[in-house]
Amino acid sequence: MKSLSKEALLALYRTMQIIRRTEEHLIRASASGDVLGACHTYIGEEAVAAGVCAHLTQDDVVFSTHRGHGHALAKGVEPKALIAELYGRDTGCSRGRGGSMHLFAPEVGLLGTSGIVAGSIAQATGAAYAFSLLGADHVSVAFFGDGASSNGVFHEAINLAAIWDLPVVYVCENNLYATEVPFSSVSRVPDIASRAGSFGIPGVAVDGNDVLAVHEAAGEAVRRARSGEGPTLLECKTYRTRPHSEGMRDGGYRTTEEIEAWKARCPIATFERLLIAQRYATEQELAEIGDLINDAVAEAATFAKNSPWPDPATATDHVYSRA
Amino acid sequence: MREMTFTDAAREGLAEEMAQNPGIFVMGEGVGTRGGNFNTTVGLYDLYGPKRLRDTPICERGFTGLCTGAAMVGARPVVDFMFIDFELDAIGELFNQTSRIQYMSSGRLQMPILVRGSIGIFGSAGPHHSGNYYPLFMHVPGFRVVVPTTPADAKGLIKTALRSTDPVIFLEHKGLLFSKGPVPEGELLVPFGKASITREGTDVTVVAVALMVQKTLEAAKQLEQEGVSCEVIDPRTLAPLDVDTIRDSVHKTGRLLIVDEDWGPCGIGAEIAARIVDEAFDDLDAPIGRLNGAFAPTPYSPSLTAGMVPNAQTIAQAVRDLLAE
Repeated sequence: MKSLSKEALLALYRTMQIIRRTEEHLIRASASGDVLGACHTYIGEEAVAAGVCAHLTQDDVVFSTHRGHGHALAKGVEPKALIAELYGRDTGCSRGRGGSMHLFAPEVGLLGTSGIVAGSIAQATGAAYAFSLLGADHVSVAFFGDGASSNGVFHEAINLAAIWDLPVVYVCENNLYATEVPFSSVSRVPDIASRAGSFGIPGVAVDGNDVLAVHEAAGEAVRRARSGEGPTLLECKTYRTRPHSEGMRDGGYRTTEEIEAWKARCPIATFERLLIAQRYATEQELAEIGDLINDAVAEAATFAKNSPWPDPATATDHVYSRA
Repeated sequence: MREMTFTDAAREGLAEEMAQNPGIFVMGEGVGTRGGNFNTTVGLYDLYGPKRLRDTPICERGFTGLCTGAAMVGARPVVDFMFIDFELDAIGELFNQTSRIQYMSSGRLQMPILVRGSIGIFGSAGPHHSGNYYPLFMHVPGFRVVVPTTPADAKGLIKTALRSTDPVIFLEHKGLLFSKGPVPEGELLVPFGKASITREGTDVTVVAVALMVQKTLEAAKQLEQEGVSCEVIDPRTLAPLDVDTIRDSVHKTGRLLIVDEDWGPCGIGAEIAARIVDEAFDDLDAPIGRLNGAFAPTPYSPSLTAGMVPNAQTIAQAVRDLLAE
């Protein structure tokens, strides 16, 4: 913590709050019907996106998952572009072609979230391959969940990055459940990070609800990648406190006690207490940040609601490139 | 004009484009020092080294997804599948991601990727090395599907593919790889969506794909002696499909046969037939004929495969039957 400036610490806090407040709005908008399709929220996991993306430049690229709102916001997508996308509007970051699971914002290095589990892993490896081939100094990041780590492409792609020393960071958000299937029931090894050993690369497991722990481990992984030392597998142990998707039942596979215990470990509340205890900020300063973000999210929601629907005449645009 | 094999011509096209564009790299099993199972990359490793001629482990989904990601940030990957059958292990990546990245990103990303592999029933390759599969790719929005027949087209189409900003599926029939033909010196680009009228005729239009073009030309020679004049059309690219050229030909001949060694259901013949019925029903003097390979996996023994694939005799007979309608 001491190595970080007050500005850097507050930036982490702000990123997490932008994600949280935007997600809270999307939950309400899901219930009201403004969000039209699936809505997988990132609540409880904000420390991971914030801690990792703090190390990335605009030219670094991120590939993400069906639970990708947090990654998009942390990489620089504005809440209004995210909310408008979930509202199916022309001003959405994918111009209404994607929705919650298909967020694209190449202008800020978000090269896509994927509705197919593990879709991010090989693509991030490929961006890293291109950077290496073309001599670019950029880093590629794949976010994925514990469920993806059971998929063949996890093993295929990480092995490729390992043998070719590619500038990529694999960030596994282990939130304990692949939808509702416990990770403990599908793997003999408790730590996904330990699978790095079979590729001959570093594997690091951290508390994914501790933004400083994530930030520190991600910093080293990004440094390794950028300096040509190759990939890292970073496992962030975390938890989603909402159902898999908004509107889904959320019972039978986990207990209320378990959910409450993780809520008590809320990454934002924990970080708030730390910032105040260490005198980096006062309660009032943090409340003011929260209020400003609430206002911005409300404004973004109004923007989305007032945005036009995409022109039906454009439904088949972009199947092929114009060139 | 100089003569080259199909494979040498395609490789010359690839080499010329690699010399022009440092973003092109080839990835696949044995594309490095080995030069490709079908000699697709012979000599290129010495020129461009391992980063641009990259041997992979056997992990089709992994390197296909990798190449998709690389294409998103300015590289131009060539995925060399050796046999297109192997590509089926990566089909989800290609369909869900590669084909629609441009669409999902509302045109802000491009997908300049070339996916190539050998196709076809040839040389006792058996059930896992004889697939065609072009209808699968034609069915999915986003792909360009290229099936060259002559060495000159192999070169001209691979060069066009390597300048395309859309994903291109480039399929090379094993029975054509060592066939020779004239290839002009100098720059050679063959456009997508332009069929080739391989033989002009007046009595019947026969559209054939890949190796079936050669078989159909043999049949047309036989038929000529019987006084039957066949017009033979090689579509060259199945997506985009040059329906105009086929329609214009049917306008002239009034009869259409589609010859394809691939399976019939939902195939290229079904698609062409439907399009011609839509656009040129009044020109047809007979029902549209389709001649396909047998609807079964491809076996090993030549005694089994011989009767499963159209040949000059069965094609000639199909034409006679059509003329008798």
